This record gives sequence, C-alpha cells and structure tokens, in this order.
Amino acid sequence: MSETKTMTINMGPHHPATHGVLRLVLELEGETIVNATPHIGQLHRGIEKLAENMNYQQVIPLTDRLDYTAASLNNLGYCMTVEKLMGIDVPKRARYIRVIMSELARIMGHHLWLGSHALDIGAMTVVFYAFKDREKIMNINEELSGYRLTPSFLRIGGVAKDVTPDFIRSVREFIEVFPEALEGYHRLLTDNIIWRKRTMNIGTLSADEAMSWGFTGPSLRGSGVAYDVRKAFPYSSYDDFDFEIPVGDNGDVYDRYLVRMEEFKQSLKIIRQAVENLPEGPVNVDNPLVTNPAIEDVTEDISALIRRFKIQCEGPTAPAEEVYHAVEGSKGELGFYLVGDGTAQPYRLKIRSPCFLLTSALPRLIRGHMLSDVIAIIGSLDIVLGEIDR
Amino acid sequence: MDYTKTLDLLKAHFPQGLLHQSLYHSELRITFDSRFFTEMMQFLYDEPSLGYTFLTDIVGIDYPKRNPRFELTYILFNMNEARRLYVKLPVAEGQYIPSVTGIWKAANWMEREVFDLFGIPFINHPDLRRILTWDSFEGHALRKDYPLQGRDFEKRFDPDTIVIE
Repeated sequence: MSETKTMTINMGPHHPATHGVLRLVLELEGETIVNATPHIGQLHRGIEKLAENMNYQQVIPLTDRLDYTAASLNNLGYCMTVEKLMGIDVPKRARYIRVIMSELARIMGHHLWLGSHALDIGAMTVVFYAFKDREKIMNINEELSGYRLTPSFLRIGGVAKDVTPDFIRSVREFIEVFPEALEGYHRLLTDNIIWRKRTMNIGTLSADEAMSWGFTGPSLRGSGVAYDVRKAFPYSSYDDFDFEIPVGDNGDVYDRYLVRMEEFKQSLKIIRQAVENLPEGPVNVDNPLVTNPAIEDVTEDISALIRRFKIQCEGPTAPAEEVYHAVEGSKGELGFYLVGDGTAQPYRLKIRSPCFLLTSALPRLIRGHMLSDVIAIIGSLDIVLGEIDR
Repeated sequence: MDYTKTLDLLKAHFPQGLLHQSLYHSELRITFDSRFFTEMMQFLYDEPSLGYTFLTDIVGIDYPKRNPRFELTYILFNMNEARRLYVKLPVAEGQYIPSVTGIWKAANWMEREVFDLFGIPFINHPDLRRILTWDSFEGHALRKDYPLQGRDFEKRFDPDTIVIE
C-alpha cells in the first residue's frame, strides 16, 4: 500500500513572477497544488497611517505609490474623494485632462501586465514590444509633469497646470501609432496555440463566485459581469464619452486576457474623444480656500499673498464628514473612504484596493492546478503588491 | 437614489435593530445594533428586492474619546441598480463581532485587516491571523494611540538632556 505525502514549498517573496513581493506557501501532491497560503505585507509602508499625519495635498504623491504601474488613476481616485468631501466642482477642461491622464495610465498598467504576464508564461518577445510602447506614454508623462512613472499631476480642485501643445501633439501621435502596435500583440498571442493551451480553462471562476470574492475590474468582467465604475457612476465627465465594456464568457485566464486586450482599444477611444473635444477654460477651480491664486497676483496683492501662504502652509480643511468614492483603476474598483474632522488632515483614509481582494481568492483559483499554472493565474489577475500592502 | 424600500423592509423585519439613519451625498448610512447584526446582514444579502449582493469594503475607524471606541463601516453594493449602502456598527474595546465570511468570501481578508490594524476580533472567522504586519508585531498600527514612528523606534538623542558646551 502506498502512502500519499504532500510536499510544502515556498514561492517568493523574491520570485520574479510574483509581481513584487508576494509569498506563497504551496502544498503539492506530485505537481498538483492541494493548498496555498498567500502571505502579504512585505511592502507595507503604512500609507493609511502616514496620511493621517499629513495635509490633504501632501497625500497625493503617496497615492502614486499604490498601484505604481498606473499612478494617475490613484491620483484621480484620491483627489475626487477629497473634492467630494469638500464639495468642490472641478472645471470641465480639468476633468478632460484628468481623463486623458488616467486612460493613458490604464494603458500603461495594461502594458506592464501584458509584458510580464507573457514573460511569466514563457513568451519572451511580447515584453519588448509592450515596454517599447509603454515608453511612449512615459515620455508623454515626462513632457507634462517632469516625472515618468509617478506624475502626481493632479491636484485637489484641478490639475497642476494647463497642458502644453506639445503634450496634445504627442498624445495624438500615440493615438495614431498605437492601434498597429495592438494588432501586433494580438498577432503574437491571441491565436498562438501554446498561449491558448496555457491559458484556456485555467483558473476558471464563475460570475457568482467572483462577486462573492469581491472581484472588480477586468477580472470580474472576464467572468461575464459587465460592471465598470465608469459606467455605473460616471465620474469626471466619463458620460461624455462613447465606449464599451468588454466581457468574457468562461472566466478563465484567456478570457481575462481578451478583456484587457479589448480595454486597450476602449481606452484609446476615450483618449481620442477627450483630445478632440478638449474644452477651453480654467484647469483649476477658483476657490479661495482650496486653490492657489494666480502667481502674478501674489507679487502685487497682499490678500493673494496671504491666501497662497495659508494654502501652502496649512492646506485646505475638510468638514467632519465621511465619504466614499471609487474610480475604475486598471485592476478594478479603487475606492477611498475618507473621514474628515474639520482640520487640514484626514482623520482616516481607507484605501479599497482591488488587488487585495483578487489575491485573497488565489488559494481558491490555484487549487487543483499544476505548479506552472500558478504563474499564469497570478499574471492574469494583474496584481500589484504596492496596492495590496499599502 | 431611493432608499425607501430598504428602510421600510428593514424596519418591518427588525423593529429594534435599526438604531440610526442619515443621508449624505444622497447615500444612506444606517447604524445597526450588534445583537441583530448577522441576521440583518444576511437579510440584506438574501432579500431579492434589495439585492445587496456585493461587499465592497469594511472600514475600521478609531475614535479614542468615544464610547464605544471603534466604528466599523460595511460598504454594501447593489450592482444591478448601482446603489451603495453604508452599514455602521459601533464596537467597544475587546468586543467580539460576528464574522460575515459565511455570506461574502471577500470578508475573509477584510476582517483579517481590521483585526490586524485595529485589534477587533471576529467570531467564526476561518483564519483570523495578522495580515499586513508580521505575526510577532505588538499593538495595532492604525489605532490613534499607536505612534506614527512605531513603538520600537530608536531615539538618537533626547533634546531635553543634551548638553551643548
């Protein structure tokens, strides 16, 4: 009589395919996984605690470090939450610029996902093409804000400054060349027999189960639920744009891949509409309690000088209330629960991280699969540890 | 958004469970009595005309001067009608809260996070361990009395005793 023994192995936290510092303790029976325990927290920087000791403006660069693959989206979520708490309405031009920035960030995030997902599974070529095109968006970010990966371009009440004609030109250039590049990614992977064998019927999750696990974003849409925060709660003028929500059928790795590939196209569609219809006007709300006065006034007018001094040194204050606001991050519903207490510092900031919940379902998804499929499943969820650990 | 049906049904089924209700930014917040908590959450999930089938997040907040000290906010979501409901639950220090992992699987890690950072324990949780901080970590990091720099932060000099010659 033979006895079945399981073997426990440790994967991570420095494994290149865990997208950061995720540690998985896997229990194997042969090469089949019978149980898995994710350990997170290696990248915990206490952003929520730090935010309680800063003023509202100072938190913006911290949010860049959540999902650092798509930083502007985090800025958007945080700034809109503060604006909801303070009751500020942002001018239309600023809203359009925010949409352009965040959709570019979404494409950037999906580029990183595509490159590393394919690289993990063994298709090495894709990463070079994806990163080549990602570089173009980084150049656009640099042109606008001076930073490539973490622009921190958004401000409470608007954006840091108006966009330059150079920026518009380079975004238009990107819109022109990107569809062809996207075609290239499809040619490399979509009908590739190896890719299909490695991804189809792997990590399947039904719609009900995905909802129960708190899935949002492309991972939920891959299971066939057409939920997108941009459509459900149209924020930042998203209702002006015409775009579709792609959904999958089976909820496996391949479906999640197809959904994200289609999202490239939809993001591009939104950017094109936003750039063509970019309205004229101010890019910051003119609220003496929140935004800086014009720099020319500061040199001549004492009240403008005082206003600037107060905003720079103390920061805007928020009422003692609680709000929740969510945006569609590149990984799912990125929510911020913000509690104000009448001072210039948040009393509590809770970040609803989509990746946190995606990772919590990992044991369920990888149980019964082979060890090599673990990598495919982690890649298809597109987790970023900066956001999980906060 | 219209919450009259939610409120009417809750009042009809749990006349004593609903402690407080308020509307802010046209979103409803309700405060539950912890004695009826599990039944009310199960009801919100099961009742097809309400359809709060998605748990968005569990937020812990520490108010050291209040009694009871903590407040948990469960953000429920009706995906078909795009409607959010905020369920608040006051929690005293050391009080055990029934886990909702039986209703939503997503609650598993959310409750672990609240346990880790606030020290609020949950009953019937399948795997209540620390999640973001390490296992031997002392204290609960998001409590207001936990210092920002951490407890084991080494002070290089004490400005009161330093002598400048």
